[in-house]
Amino acid sequence: MDFELTYRRFSERSILVEWPSKIDNSILEDVLNFKNHLLNSSIKSIVQINNAYSSILIIYKFTIDNAYDEISKLKALYLERVSNAKRTLRRWKIPVCYDDDFGLDLKEISEEKKCTISEIINWHSDTIYTVFFIGFLPGFLYLGGLDKRLNFPRKVSPRSQIQKGAVAIGGAQTGIYPNTSPGGWNIIGNSPLEFFNPKKDKPCFAQSGDKIQFVPINKQEYKTISLQVERGDYSIESEVIDG
Amino acid sequence: MVEIIKTGFLDTIQDTGRIGFQEYGVPFSGVMDRYSAAVANAILGNDSNAAVIESVMSGPQLKFHTNTTICITGAQMNAKLNGNLIKNNTANSVQKGDLLTFGKIEYGVRVYIAISGGCLTEMVMNSRSMYRGITSKSKLEKGDRIKIKGDNLASKKSFSTVKIDKTHFYDSELEVFTGPEYDFLTPEQKDLLLNTDFKITKDSNRMAYQFEERLENSLSGMLTSLVVPGTIQLTPSGQLLALMRDCQITGGYPRVLQLTEGSINQLSQRLFGKKIRFKCIK
Repeated sequence: MDFELTYRRFSERSILVEWPSKIDNSILEDVLNFKNHLLNSSIKSIVQINNAYSSILIIYKFTIDNAYDEISKLKALYLERVSNAKRTLRRWKIPVCYDDDFGLDLKEISEEKKCTISEIINWHSDTIYTVFFIGFLPGFLYLGGLDKRLNFPRKVSPRSQIQKGAVAIGGAQTGIYPNTSPGGWNIIGNSPLEFFNPKKDKPCFAQSGDKIQFVPINKQEYKTISLQVERGDYSIESEVIDG
Repeated sequence: MVEIIKTGFLDTIQDTGRIGFQEYGVPFSGVMDRYSAAVANAILGNDSNAAVIESVMSGPQLKFHTNTTICITGAQMNAKLNGNLIKNNTANSVQKGDLLTFGKIEYGVRVYIAISGGCLTEMVMNSRSMYRGITSKSKLEKGDRIKIKGDNLASKKSFSTVKIDKTHFYDSELEVFTGPEYDFLTPEQKDLLLNTDFKITKDSNRMAYQFEERLENSLSGMLTSLVVPGTIQLTPSGQLLALMRDCQITGGYPRVLQLTEGSINQLSQRLFGKKIRFKCIK
């Protein structure tokens, strides 16, 4: 299916392409197919393509002389994009400890929602989430698919420091803080994994289009996995999925 | 080797930044005023991506433990070598043991210190630009030693000066393109956006510049989308945020304007309290 896209010059060196503004798996799939097709295309002056939920930003090496020409080229390439221009997508199992020590806001959410903490944990870990893109902080995964029963407004006054690995809910979104940072989301647990390592060739294990599943672990398992991560001998469980 | 004897207000190592890692949420970073850094590297015959020291509002004190050549560009802060004034935008021979100091700021905000062969600090993701959580240091500190190539051409004295267009430091009109959400503004908002003198606030930094004057904002929220340095967002409180080199790569506020590359360079040389005006070129 072809979407109605809008194209515009964004800065001297970039062009923005936008899909209908929605959080939607079929839009993400088309976004990633077009992005891949462009990366494999003959336009050598493209240095980088970023994507969000429903848009891509194509960054060129030089100032764009004639935006109209470039946009025409992009439009033609959109029509000949191949669906599933092969990228290997994976489903990752992310251990999360929902213990009270980590889940600072579990109690408040359960009182507010009139449900038990176990129900919150089940709803959060029963879902398979889609990684839409990485932004906000290096390694911060924007995940789609949060159970509606878990939608919970952001804090009125953000915490000045949120612990590395904190798993949190902000409105209709859930995510993991890759590093200590200020933040306004509600914290329900913590993952011992490393979500961003600038020393690695691939600083994040997950990429746009991948799936994430949270696996509840207890404090003892959390400690064990933390040590393994520190030593560098923890391998994240994952399986290849069809794009 | 160059030693930091005393730091300025904020001294960082910067090159032209990180490209190719934004899919991991990594900011572009890099020198705020690319024009001034490029002038410095060109005068020294350095690679255009060579890493320089960027200092804000006040300069550091540096001691050279190697013979080399340096060039100061950007803000005028009365650089002195062993107490003798040296001119901006010229190549200057430096001997082992020499001390570089800075005086009061006369114009501009950011001074660039380029060294022959560039600053050879830690390279992370194809760039030496310092950024918290990416490089091991987020700014230079007293006692730090920066590795440099060293230079034996110290006897070669250069008298050439590059003439710099002063409008780079003084012009109050910044060229912009309209942003993706510009057309959602009312005619009155558009008029105010392009005809108000906006005063730069104190909390402006490498991530974003902020302005005092507010616009009434009636735009509804939008889905998180893509931004780049130079994107001007309109926040729910009606404040304008001009994203700078260390900005995040995504954002959820309406993108009403986009600074040109030249305007980003110029804005980064405007002190808080200064007023600027946006001039639409499209």
